[in-house]
Amino acid sequence: MAFGAFSNVDAPVVEAPRRRSRAAFWLLLPGIAYLGATYLAPLVSLIITSLKAPDLVNYDIGRYLYAFDIGNYATVLGEYWPIILRSFEYAAIATVAALLISYPLAYFIGVVLRRYPLWQALALILVIAPFFMSFLLRTLAWKAIFADEGPVVGFLQHLNILGANAHLNGTPFMVIFGLTYNFIPFMALPIYTSLERLDLRLLEAGADLYANPASTFFRVTLPLSLPGVVSGTLLTFIPATGDYVNASPQFLGSTQTTMIGNVISDTYFNLSDYPSSAALSIVLMVLILIPVGIYLSLTKTEDLL
Amino acid sequence: MSGLAEGAVLGRLEEAPRPLKRPKARRGNWGVAFYSIVILVLLLIPIGYTIVFSFNIPARTNVSWRGFSLDNWATLLSDPRVVAAFGSSILVGVAATLVAAALGTAIAIALVRFRFRFRTGLTLLLFLPMATPEVVLGSGLGSQFLNIGVDKGIATTIIAHIMFCISFVVITVRARVASLDPAIEEAGRDLYATPGQVWWRITFPLLLPGIVAAALLSFALSFDDFIITAFVSGNFETFPKYIYTAAVRAIPAQANVFASIIFLLAIVVVLASQFSAAARRRQLAREG
Amino acid sequence: MAGALDDSGADLELVGITKRFPGFTAIENLNLTIPAGSFFALLGPSGCGKTTTLRLVAGLETPTAGRILIGGKDVTDAKPHQRPVNTVFQSYALFPHMTVLRNVAFGLYRRGVSNPLALAHEALRLVELDHLAGRRPAQLSGGQQQRVALARAIVNKPALLLLDEPLGALDLKLRRQMQLELKSIQDDVGLTFLHVTHDQEEAMTMADTVAVMNRGEIEQMGAPEELYELPKTAFVANFLGQSNLFTGNVVSSTATSIVVDIAGTKLEVPRDRAQRHSGVVTIGVRPEKLTLLTAKPASASGVNVLGPGTVTDVSFSGVSTQYLVEVPSVGTITVFAQNMVFGPVVNRGSEVWVSWTVDHGFGLADEQGVSPRFDPDDGTGEP
Repeated sequence: MAFGAFSNVDAPVVEAPRRRSRAAFWLLLPGIAYLGATYLAPLVSLIITSLKAPDLVNYDIGRYLYAFDIGNYATVLGEYWPIILRSFEYAAIATVAALLISYPLAYFIGVVLRRYPLWQALALILVIAPFFMSFLLRTLAWKAIFADEGPVVGFLQHLNILGANAHLNGTPFMVIFGLTYNFIPFMALPIYTSLERLDLRLLEAGADLYANPASTFFRVTLPLSLPGVVSGTLLTFIPATGDYVNASPQFLGSTQTTMIGNVISDTYFNLSDYPSSAALSIVLMVLILIPVGIYLSLTKTEDLL
Repeated sequence: MSGLAEGAVLGRLEEAPRPLKRPKARRGNWGVAFYSIVILVLLLIPIGYTIVFSFNIPARTNVSWRGFSLDNWATLLSDPRVVAAFGSSILVGVAATLVAAALGTAIAIALVRFRFRFRTGLTLLLFLPMATPEVVLGSGLGSQFLNIGVDKGIATTIIAHIMFCISFVVITVRARVASLDPAIEEAGRDLYATPGQVWWRITFPLLLPGIVAAALLSFALSFDDFIITAFVSGNFETFPKYIYTAAVRAIPAQANVFASIIFLLAIVVVLASQFSAAARRRQLAREG
Repeated sequence: MAGALDDSGADLELVGITKRFPGFTAIENLNLTIPAGSFFALLGPSGCGKTTTLRLVAGLETPTAGRILIGGKDVTDAKPHQRPVNTVFQSYALFPHMTVLRNVAFGLYRRGVSNPLALAHEALRLVELDHLAGRRPAQLSGGQQQRVALARAIVNKPALLLLDEPLGALDLKLRRQMQLELKSIQDDVGLTFLHVTHDQEEAMTMADTVAVMNRGEIEQMGAPEELYELPKTAFVANFLGQSNLFTGNVVSSTATSIVVDIAGTKLEVPRDRAQRHSGVVTIGVRPEKLTLLTAKPASASGVNVLGPGTVTDVSFSGVSTQYLVEVPSVGTITVFAQNMVFGPVVNRGSEVWVSWTVDHGFGLADEQGVSPRFDPDDGTGEP
């Protein structure tokens, strides 16, 4: 439901019995084989790589031998667990912030704008619009806007909210800001989908049964929009933990805000330390699988796609 | 940025919303309206910034505003590296989209119309790439290419892009296939069409809107992808990759121009499709 | 590809057809022959296997066992596009991306017939929709779509035309109109029609021959009047119209009739209208054949009498009034009386007797209650 829910929400589904045929095999084979080779095999590759050890005979940067060095994991976890924690912390804060910001927006578009379908479509296009421009450029735009010489910092310094030498770029605040900004559409759209299908007569029924607006919201609207909230949360949290663009020094971060994505990338490219990079990837994947696993256990397979 | 989330969300463009019931105007609604407009403006600020700065008077860096100028637009093709990166992204996007659309459509049809074993496992395999962080996808494929000994370049980039696009194509096309009355294809067979003719004259034309939507989605995902591309492209440079490396020093304004063009084109396409869908609906309502 | 396109249609023969799906058997050892040029109705409730039978004939399903012959030719292994059969689908299944004209001409194009568009126009004129030839299906009403679907099938002059509950989605008045139109078109064109439906009125109005199907088997087949006036099983007696059924022992018999004891009363049934002549039998009579009497009638030969009973319900339905009469130890008897005068002939609570001519009764091959009217709905989804 999460990821497929809003690909074509309003199309009627025609129930039809499925037939058994050899055609199914040929239709599925190319795509599944491809995914097997490009998704599953690499995961195995990652595991294998994470267990490699440096080639001590022909020592060189980037040379590793097949081994079974589980110690890599211990090393990597020992060294980077604060960063792992930080990544999940940033991602969690960004997710909550995105949720709080997006819910009213989704409510506005999905409920209030129902009387004006054209405006509703327009609002949706505006929400989706950011995807039409490279997120790197958008993030850089924020970096420029929040630059030390820029308007925002100047304004806040003028109001004495910020000190003379203070900066916003490079702070955790900025990284989380960037994360939140990027994920607002991903949070808003699934919630919008849930709310758009909300039968408003239920809200009227609530009012008829003596519930005040707040009560109606918490006891009727919110629970019914829960599937959308869950979708949006997953869609935000999972990518946010692995993000490293926002946290990079050349974007909104600094060396103090490194996230696990940065480490995976740095150890891979700058240090050619493939085993460590792979080990970290596996650790991230496993940690992510916890919320994903919970989601899977609550959803029927047919609703997954 | 996560392909997963972008893809899931862009797929929403397929259908315009239809109201179930209209709410009455209330005071609280005005508050939400004002708030939402503020948020929407905030969402668009960086886009506006990028577009505005594409009109900046050219200089070494493009960080401070010097004045309005069309020079960047006129000299769009002057910086060979930007043009090459842009062209590369388009090339990769088109190639990946074609293959992913073919593979994904086949899977979608099989999922809806046929019975087969291992359906659960298969669904899981299609779902997981969307739930895996991009760094994992990227470093995984990167490690794989390394272990096999394959040189990284345009080919490996396209291979990677196809991989993360397939699942989104399946989702989008599957919904379209499910909405197709199977009796229509049976009618084709009943009316003397061979299986090949049924596909080309009936199924494919009817699936086309879904396939096109999936293709657009695929292209958008591919064009904007950075993280996975970084791990698998070696020295091959795509547009996002270029921006990332150039961000250290200064990004030439031509990049802003390219981005603005894509943005405006996309907006025009989306608006046009919405208006034409609305016009078609009005026409059907009038004649029917 | 089209095969024999005899203007008078062709025979259809189903020999020993069995169709099994995972989890249940839809059809078991079905044997059926439909003569060329006739209008044949396959009637039955949901899930009885009638649509499966139709799809087997069309080639959209393959039988687990058995052979299918059209015009004497074995087509069991032929694909749908190789059979001289066309179907009018329940959902019409018009191609939404083609105009009405192209829809109708589709089969002609596939077969390489010359002048496809001219023939398509002719077929559209037959269903009086030629003026809408340029429209798309979405712009037509349900009734118009149905007629286009019909034209699309007929234009190919198939040996056999299959109709899968084509009138289901139409409102009552339109349905009646279409029933007459279909019948007249079949008369004009002379094709063999196989019409599948659950509406017994429709089947009886349109068809020359009706086969009542239940749980994968044909219970009874024949002309509509024959089926109605002489049902052979409880299912047919209850599915086609309504019946009053009574179960009892055969206590005596003569050369021409048998006598059954129903709760003390002796009821006579003609021998040639009874499927069984001894033991426990179920006999019946149609509600419209009963006469209501307010006084106990004198015994007369050739007349059965039941009563006294009490009128428990009176329901006016325009043409007739339905009375429910409760007879102790027998049960509830339904009586349909044509409204020859204003108002009911008896009121609730009145004491009445019912009588009917012995010749109108019938005896069933099975017992009431053995085959329930509706199978429990296990939702297998196979009609």
